[in-house]
Amino acid sequence: MAEHYTSFDRGGRRWLLQRLTAVFLIGTLTFHFFLLHFVNHAADVTFLQTQARMSEVSYFVTMVLFLIAATFHGVNGVYNALINQGIQGTQKRVVGGVLTLASVLLIAQGIRVALAMAGIAVI
Amino acid sequence: MSDTYNRGKVEDFGRWTEFSAGMWAWIFHKFTGWVLIGYLFTHIAVLSTATASDPTVYTNTLQGLEDLLIVRILEVGLLAVAVFHILNGIRLLFVDLGVGLEAQDKSFYASLVLTGAITVASVPTFLAGAF
Repeated sequence: MAEHYTSFDRGGRRWLLQRLTAVFLIGTLTFHFFLLHFVNHAADVTFLQTQARMSEVSYFVTMVLFLIAATFHGVNGVYNALINQGIQGTQKRVVGGVLTLASVLLIAQGIRVALAMAGIAVI
Repeated sequence: MSDTYNRGKVEDFGRWTEFSAGMWAWIFHKFTGWVLIGYLFTHIAVLSTATASDPTVYTNTLQGLEDLLIVRILEVGLLAVAVFHILNGIRLLFVDLGVGLEAQDKSFYASLVLTGAITVASVPTFLAGAF
């Protein structure tokens, strides 16, 4: 048996958050896929249906949390994969900065999309 | 602490024929992870353009994409990638908890088989109305 089963620093905050978001995403990603491909077929989705779903506060909040969790989990996974490839020092700081910026922009734009879907005017 | 053995590096892909189940699980989990984060950025970009103007653009964008057979096939691929990442992710959570370590290879094979079964079962749903 190997001593370590993960390339994260065990016990670190990113390690824990990666697992907590994983548990949350198991539920939300399954729900998202099931609702929009099996309950409602993607080919039949219209703006009015989307707006009706997004107008429900609980659905809206779930989707925004889903977006934040997925962005963190995915980008943190990419960061970890690149550290595993051996980046360090300035390279690591630059990659960390770029990925953080990309995450903030993705979440901001994702929330703008969610608001537009809910029919709330956005800038 | 457990005993260690030298399984070689997974990054040394030239010796892939010698890889163990756990190494393949690592590779598949990384690959599906890259696909999913790539898809997330693409998904938000497409929805951004679709919601930028009046509601008909959104409906037409989604239905226009769904009219393309290649999109339906890619959706099946996306489901396969997501299902494997979820199932293997559950396996990894158990490994992290130290549960079922002695069966980690079998749980990887189970993840693969279940992913295949769910993907095949989903094909009729994804391709409905595509032809």
